[in-house]
Amino acid sequence: MIRVRDLTVTFGHGAQAIHAVRGIDLDVAEGESFGIVGESGSGKSTVLRALVGLNPDWTGEIAIAGEPQHRKRPKAFYRSCQMVFQDPYGSLHPRYTVDRILSEPIEIHRLGDADRRIVDVLRDVGLGPEFRFRFPHQLSGGQRQRVAVARALVLEPKILLLDEPTSALDVSVQAEILNLLRRLRHERGLTYVLVTHNLAVVAYMCERVAVMNLGQTVEELPVADLRAGQTDHAYTRQLLSASQGYDRQAVEGYRSF
Amino acid sequence: MSAPLLTVENLRVDFVTRRGIVPAVRGISFGVGREKVGIVGESGSGKAVTGRAVLRLVPHPGRVSAKRIDFDGVDLMGLSERELRQIRGERISMVMQDPKFSLNPVMRVGSQIAEAYRIHTGASASECRRRALAMLEAVRIRDVERVYRLFPHEVSGGMGQRIMIAMMLIPDPDLLIADEPTSALDVTVQMQVLAIVDDLVSQRGMGLMFISHDLNLVASFCDRVLIMYAGQIVENCLAAELHQARHPYTRGLLDSLPRVDDTRAELPTLARDPAWLEPLAADRTAGS
Repeated sequence: MIRVRDLTVTFGHGAQAIHAVRGIDLDVAEGESFGIVGESGSGKSTVLRALVGLNPDWTGEIAIAGEPQHRKRPKAFYRSCQMVFQDPYGSLHPRYTVDRILSEPIEIHRLGDADRRIVDVLRDVGLGPEFRFRFPHQLSGGQRQRVAVARALVLEPKILLLDEPTSALDVSVQAEILNLLRRLRHERGLTYVLVTHNLAVVAYMCERVAVMNLGQTVEELPVADLRAGQTDHAYTRQLLSASQGYDRQAVEGYRSF
Repeated sequence: MSAPLLTVENLRVDFVTRRGIVPAVRGISFGVGREKVGIVGESGSGKAVTGRAVLRLVPHPGRVSAKRIDFDGVDLMGLSERELRQIRGERISMVMQDPKFSLNPVMRVGSQIAEAYRIHTGASASECRRRALAMLEAVRIRDVERVYRLFPHEVSGGMGQRIMIAMMLIPDPDLLIADEPTSALDVTVQMQVLAIVDDLVSQRGMGLMFISHDLNLVASFCDRVLIMYAGQIVENCLAAELHQARHPYTRGLLDSLPRVDDTRAELPTLARDPAWLEPLAADRTAGS
């Protein structure tokens, strides 16, 4: 479904150039849920932004659903591939109602039948019709993230790119959104690429995971191996140990990679 | 619990707004000894306001009242603003969440740490500089002479937070209030910063009030945990016993966390019981 070869993203040029992503290969099958984990500055979000076309300056090959992609994406591309952002407070237009937020993509793609689509998609993300004419500031963080998911789903895409979809939310709300995303994937046969710094979220949501550091893939492993702690790479082991909680002894052994 | 350093009794914080009074903290009592106490809750639970209320740093229109806030034999509620300044920073200090907003952007970080020492001790400039450099070494910064001369925008998040900790610890306080001190950091850096705090707390015999939303982190880092919900302490237990917590809210929070070795088909979500909002009997929150 998604095939990436030697993806490289550089910001700036000359001596100031920052190599955010340095030659990444990815293969994600249809219906699979693929995770990318890493710390800040590892390039994980940049990969996602290059995939969806928000980041035009990349080199390498990106093919989505068999179609090679270029800098500019055709409109039809966005019907098959949508993104959910980290911050539900910043990604919804503050002066648009939920209805208008959801009807805009329908108009742009001339799908028609907006009324039915909006009611259906709201129900699918667990919001009642009473939310349709509310503004984002009248919603809680979890409800807002549901609206962001609804906006991505209203075009009935095949691929959903998720950039830290729950890191701005409280843990009890995080559980609701993760359950919702898992259910939607099974119901609609969606393909997910999930970027997060939280190993537990990846272990819960994904089948395969790539660990990134400094713009490169450290390793790619099935989530079952991650659960069992079976990894050959010291970086992944350190990340695992740090996410299990505080351990004074373990911190002594940490090094920078 | 060791002899309490800080005793808070029946603390209330109300925010007076046009739409009426919003209670943020509703009559809580707790004590902090020379130990690491974690205060955990979700957004809006009142955990951060509790930390600020101790130092009388609740912003307008917040209103703080308490039967007493006793710190090492002194009732903080009865002090004038001037008297409180003798305690604030010197004997109780506070580390905030984001170093980007709490450091002076146009002052070299070393001078800021030295200033903290000079104000509280009145030492000479060269002595302040020497102490500041030693403190930077204590928070495990390499090449301290170089870092001393940097401006806040030139340091990374992890280093910024270490600089904040250095600044807060240089007057050698008895109690440190840390409000989400590592939430903005990567996990490995977070653990390294916590290890520094941990060592300093045990070496100097300080008390630590550690405010966080991260249950697992607090359970593994602190000695004792207070769980807050809607402005009340619903659970007060030893960190090691958190996983046998009794309150349904605590149980619900623990269950809703995904784990790396998770194989559950669905995460249980928290069903909030309106009964949790009822005022708790005083004896349930006062004990430890």
